[in-house]
Amino acid sequence: MPSTLPETELHNPQTAKTPLDPHLKALENEAIHIFREVAAEFEKPVMLYSVGKDSSVLLHLARKAFYPGRVPFPLLHVNTGWKFAEMIAFRNDIVKKYDLDFIEHINPRGKAENVTPFTHGSALFTDIMKTEGLRQALDAGGFDAAFGGARRDEEASRAKERIYSFRTPEHRWDPRAQRPELWNVYNGMIRKGESVRAFPLSNWTEVDIWRYIQVEETPLVPLYYAKERPYIERDGMMILAEDPRLELQPGEEIQHGSIRFRTLGDFPLTGAIPSQATNLEEVIAELEIATVSERQGRAIDRDQSGSMEKKKREGYF
Amino acid sequence: MTVSAIAQNTIEPSTGTVTAFPATEATRVVRDTRPLRLITCGSVDDGKSTLIGRLLWDTKAVKEDQAATLRRDSGKQNDLGLPDFALLLDGLQAEREQGITIDVAYRYFATGNRSFIVADTPGHEQYTRNMATGASTADLAILLVDARTGLLEQTRRHATIASLMGIKQFVLAVNKFDLVGYDRARFDQISHEFRELALSLGVRQITAIPMSALKGENVVYDGKASMPWYEGQTLVEVLELATVRSAQTVGFRLPVQRVSRPGESFRGYQGTVAGGSVKPGDSVVILPSGMVANVTKIVTFDLVRNAAVAGDAITLVLDRQVDVSRGDMIVSLESQPQTGLAFDAHLVALQSDGIQPGKRYWLKSGSRRQRVTVQPSSQLDLKSRKWSHHTDGLAMNAIGKVHLSFDEQAVFDAYEQNRTTGAFILIDPDTNNTVAGGMITAKRSSLGGIHTEESRVLLSLPADLADQLMATELFAARREEADIRRISAGRASDVLNGLDG
Repeated sequence: MPSTLPETELHNPQTAKTPLDPHLKALENEAIHIFREVAAEFEKPVMLYSVGKDSSVLLHLARKAFYPGRVPFPLLHVNTGWKFAEMIAFRNDIVKKYDLDFIEHINPRGKAENVTPFTHGSALFTDIMKTEGLRQALDAGGFDAAFGGARRDEEASRAKERIYSFRTPEHRWDPRAQRPELWNVYNGMIRKGESVRAFPLSNWTEVDIWRYIQVEETPLVPLYYAKERPYIERDGMMILAEDPRLELQPGEEIQHGSIRFRTLGDFPLTGAIPSQATNLEEVIAELEIATVSERQGRAIDRDQSGSMEKKKREGYF
Repeated sequence: MTVSAIAQNTIEPSTGTVTAFPATEATRVVRDTRPLRLITCGSVDDGKSTLIGRLLWDTKAVKEDQAATLRRDSGKQNDLGLPDFALLLDGLQAEREQGITIDVAYRYFATGNRSFIVADTPGHEQYTRNMATGASTADLAILLVDARTGLLEQTRRHATIASLMGIKQFVLAVNKFDLVGYDRARFDQISHEFRELALSLGVRQITAIPMSALKGENVVYDGKASMPWYEGQTLVEVLELATVRSAQTVGFRLPVQRVSRPGESFRGYQGTVAGGSVKPGDSVVILPSGMVANVTKIVTFDLVRNAAVAGDAITLVLDRQVDVSRGDMIVSLESQPQTGLAFDAHLVALQSDGIQPGKRYWLKSGSRRQRVTVQPSSQLDLKSRKWSHHTDGLAMNAIGKVHLSFDEQAVFDAYEQNRTTGAFILIDPDTNNTVAGGMITAKRSSLGGIHTEESRVLLSLPADLADQLMATELFAARREEADIRRISAGRASDVLNGLDG
């Protein structure tokens, strides 16, 4: 921690931009309130950082909430080993640029047993590398609160999430026994071993995220912008073909085209979309006329109806 | 003129005529563009899910892939070729199995003018707690009734809870109007009945709309083809003009969430302004200690600001070293909340164990958590909407009036005056579960009587003099009997001059 903070630094840490409209301002205020409340109530919070656009907004809001102080908790990236290379490079830059405490965790069992999305399928791969990995990392760190960037508009079971989502020592979520959450008074009382997942972006929608990124000029992984990239088509998805671990199946061939991502996860499980949108204005314009939801490109949501709820019950964030 | 002022002018309790507000003067209205939070209430089969589904569908909030999943899960479609909207909303497996809504779900939609957060709350009586959860943050309540059955007990229950939670804007959605032949007399009859109910609850802003959520009439698009006699607004038009509940009716309030000390040269108090406004130079009081200081700076990430208003998440810097910690409240010198060891409140019991008399709970309000003992005094009968004497425990979903007794000074406004500083939750220390939501109605003296303006001593003193007085042993013993208003030295001399005259 810096020992002193010169007065001059209190002025405009970010250069003055277009002021936020009342809608985004209200969402920002709410998120900052949640960040401060969790940081004050819990002994050892951590922020789950998955390097995507929601994480970028989450981090930006955390920096705002604690300014002029540092972000008072570490960022945790539960890596699967199958992230896009550009995401990892971006992540490393951000951690350095903003002087953040950072933890990376890859499930050692998954690594040792060489669990891959190709060998194990998306469902089992996600269960081991994400859910189990997250549980390992939270247990190892002894964290009693974990911030996540989940939004209620993403998926039907997420629409039911509280801002403070209680988890048992086994990290289980019981949607039928959630604590009532009235006003903005959050109940952060837990026993040893129990924890809370806190979701400052609960009330944001995908469009809000993009508009906020635009106004605040929040840094973003370049994969969200269209560029000529190599890809293959598999199971109706456009898979980026940059990683040497991607083995072509009979009949598949690498194509080239202007593509971008609406959502980022593991490269074999996240589909790109054809796009010419190379900047934020164009991305937002494209989004406004989009007729499919963002998670349409996510293999793990489509395994079966209610699959997100099942994963969440097991401890997936 | 504000939207609410216009709207209130349109209410004519003495006549049975229903007019939707406010069709005229719309050009003079400055639209409130903040997101509007609303709840839908009503009984089980009156069509809540269909209405929300229709809102999402017609505002294009349902994307093609979601619609495809919905169609796949629906199995059958209705006559209009639409999927089962309820499945769009009931996202939990147990809800789908049982075909009911168990837990509140939050949904989002937007028009060109505004965005909306709708809390889809359960109709079943056993899940009233989740309805209360949705109502606590809502600016407006849509109450659905089935045009065939009219108002039901559950409609009355939900209207009562919504009004108790401070919702001042009601929309009565007279749904399934296609099934009563678009009969205007039926609409007038139901809306007249509802108006009487709402007025009895103190709600003055009421709009009644005849609609068919299934067919999409008077929801997003008008229903003129079927109901040419209805000249009011569609539901979405009403929602676009509604106002966000304001927290600015009392003076400046900042419940302190954190003390920020990144280095020796900076000490700031972080929190969200819960009422009023503040600017550098303002004199403030820290409660419950009563210390006085002046604001020197309002710091945010973007810039050092020259003012902050209710809703702003800020960091406040004061001009002197005072003892301020999490749970304290920084308030305006001129208009202060009440401090005391005993308060009265309305309580909604939310869990199966109910609320036990004499038990010590945790109370959390704003950022403050303290121990409290709860003693019920009466209970609301939702059928007759009458209060009756009741000193036993409160069962789940019961609404009661209670006395709260604290071990140490508590700081509150009346809920009517401030929805943040007048609200609290109770936490059971045995289970850590949230067992009740409460709203402060009045302060009580330590002797058990309610303080009124007549019986309470009000002292207006210069701040330094007030501090001296508070420090004396004699006063400490009797501080429950007096309110100290700290005023500046300049104002004190004005007061004295006034006495001379």
